[in-house]
Amino acid sequence: MFTVRQCHELDMSGKHTLIDKSPREATAAREIALRYGNQPDALLEILHDLQHELGCIPEAALPALAKALNRSRAEIHGVVTFYHDFRHEAAGRHVIRLCRAEACQSMKANELIAMVERFLQVRLGQTTADGAITIQEVFCLGNCALAPAVMVDDRVVGRVDAARMEKIIAECRS
Amino acid sequence: MTRVFVPRDSAARSVGADEVAAALAAAGFNIVRNGSRGLLFLEPLIEVETAQGRVAYGPVTAGDIPGLLPALKTGGAHRLCLGNIEEHPYLKNQERLTFARCGITDPVSVADYVKHGGFAGLRKALAMPGAAIVAEVTESGLRGRGGAGFPTGLKWKTVHDAAADQKYICCNADEGDSGTFADRMVMEGDPFMLVEGMTIAAIAVGATRGYVYIRSEYPDAIATMREAIDAATAARWLGTDIQGTDKSFRLEVRRGAAAYICGEETAMLESLEGKRGTVRPKPPIPALEGLFGKPTVINNVLSFSAVPFILAEGGAAYKNYGMGRSRGTLPFQLAGNIRQGGLVEKAFGVTLRQLVEDFGGGTFTGRPVRAIQVGGPLGAYLPAGQMDLAMDYETFAAAGAMVGHGGIVVFDDSVDMARQARFAMEFCALESCGKCTPCRIGSTRGVEVIDRIIAGESREANLELLSDLCQTMTDGSLCAMGGLTPMPVMSAVRHFPEDFDKPSRLAAE
Repeated sequence: MFTVRQCHELDMSGKHTLIDKSPREATAAREIALRYGNQPDALLEILHDLQHELGCIPEAALPALAKALNRSRAEIHGVVTFYHDFRHEAAGRHVIRLCRAEACQSMKANELIAMVERFLQVRLGQTTADGAITIQEVFCLGNCALAPAVMVDDRVVGRVDAARMEKIIAECRS
Repeated sequence: MTRVFVPRDSAARSVGADEVAAALAAAGFNIVRNGSRGLLFLEPLIEVETAQGRVAYGPVTAGDIPGLLPALKTGGAHRLCLGNIEEHPYLKNQERLTFARCGITDPVSVADYVKHGGFAGLRKALAMPGAAIVAEVTESGLRGRGGAGFPTGLKWKTVHDAAADQKYICCNADEGDSGTFADRMVMEGDPFMLVEGMTIAAIAVGATRGYVYIRSEYPDAIATMREAIDAATAARWLGTDIQGTDKSFRLEVRRGAAAYICGEETAMLESLEGKRGTVRPKPPIPALEGLFGKPTVINNVLSFSAVPFILAEGGAAYKNYGMGRSRGTLPFQLAGNIRQGGLVEKAFGVTLRQLVEDFGGGTFTGRPVRAIQVGGPLGAYLPAGQMDLAMDYETFAAAGAMVGHGGIVVFDDSVDMARQARFAMEFCALESCGKCTPCRIGSTRGVEVIDRIIAGESREANLELLSDLCQTMTDGSLCAMGGLTPMPVMSAVRHFPEDFDKPSRLAAE
């Protein structure tokens, strides 16, 4: 068995071991970066894929990513924190994104959001106690003629009223 | 079995098109998932192919299907029947050049695209010298459809004339403006048109690589574009030796990650390079030093999408539409509190009233129209009294407003315009890239000042401060984000002053 320190030294020296003792996050980061030929310009694609695989962008993945792309850790950190899509902690089992942009506002999106917050007893950006649902704000889903719109995971739902919202929440919890 | 068309457009899917398609498939129909016709208020709108043309029904829910089956077999009468869709006034009164095919074809079938006139422009371009293609686009009078309205031909000429070992074509598909969805509809409903337009641009300027930067909020558009690029490559309309010529163009989709600012062209370039989406100062202009420092054509989805028509029919044919210096057509998007929301492609010169009242049918709630925001979150709020303005870049600029990307968001009389002004500043604060001070700090201070005005604290002095702050943001910001946020704010103050004076009015009552 190697100690943590020995593992680290091995890693730093670039020597290969038969058993990959690095954290799962680092392994995933390396594999995904390799899929994109370790091209630094593909960073957003890599981060999307990494988040898809791990549920978030954990700190532990950043050093491996920086090394693979030959960028500094600060640069990678800067990119991760700049974009609203990337999260540090895993979301609930389902993410409901509620549009707060003007077209949806004209159809009472703010009232809808307030209602959802009261119903789920969480604020935008938080996850329900049962871990089922994270609610987030989003600015435009391109469904502005059928406002108000929300996105449930990757699916857009239009003309959302209280009844449709209750159904969405029930489906997320089932 | 009869062919039935059920849109795969995400707006149609958002109100149940998938469930309708599943119910129809179970009933034995041959389903084609087409793009949307843009009559979004009638989605899910399904069409049956008959000898008399395509007969439409809508809005259809999965629950309607059993009752609809007899009618669907023959295109017969039913309470949801809309008749031959081509004869529908909402569609018939449009001038569809860019959206001529959307909703008719299977979006990812190359054969279907070619059968409906697709790749005719590219076929011509392949036999033309680059300069001649640029001249044709210049002749058309096409201006950037992303919002800025810069002459496309001039931009292409700059890239064409630049000497470099590598040039790029980048499509800005980060359609973040609220009230807009035309880019999304192209990518989901007629993606080969965008592929064709970008390939023509590549041949014109001598570029061999290109990117479509699509916002992550559009997963359907991302998937459909990728599918279309693969299909076009397999059919040799993309990739190496396009259609047996010596021309090559490699096209890739890149996802954004929810940052409104990446719709600004230089922030998009940074993002495409894998960096934070911060704005670059200009000059140098991207046409000379763009992606990876190389000459780059950056255009919006609708600009590229106008090009196949221009090449196929000639620049003069496109120029025949429009008014003044705004030539051609613009796909307007009717959104928000509107009864008949959807996509209306008309020549420039159509009035706001024709769009909102004749096509749109007024508000969804049936209450009077009070305010209309044109051109996205950075566009002005116009009062109902200004609805006779003609949609034209110069006319709108003279009225202190902008056409932008053609998004039209309608509000009824329940809107509080001080709240909308506050939101404009709040949005800027949330989405500012942080590079320049007027935008980064000004937007936060703007929220605070408007809060004080709403609370009735030193109203006059704070309104003056707000006006000052807006002037600083307009003059001192690096890009349109900070530079144009004052437009919705000050237009709200100008046109709806009563909403910024509620406490004193309440006290007077």
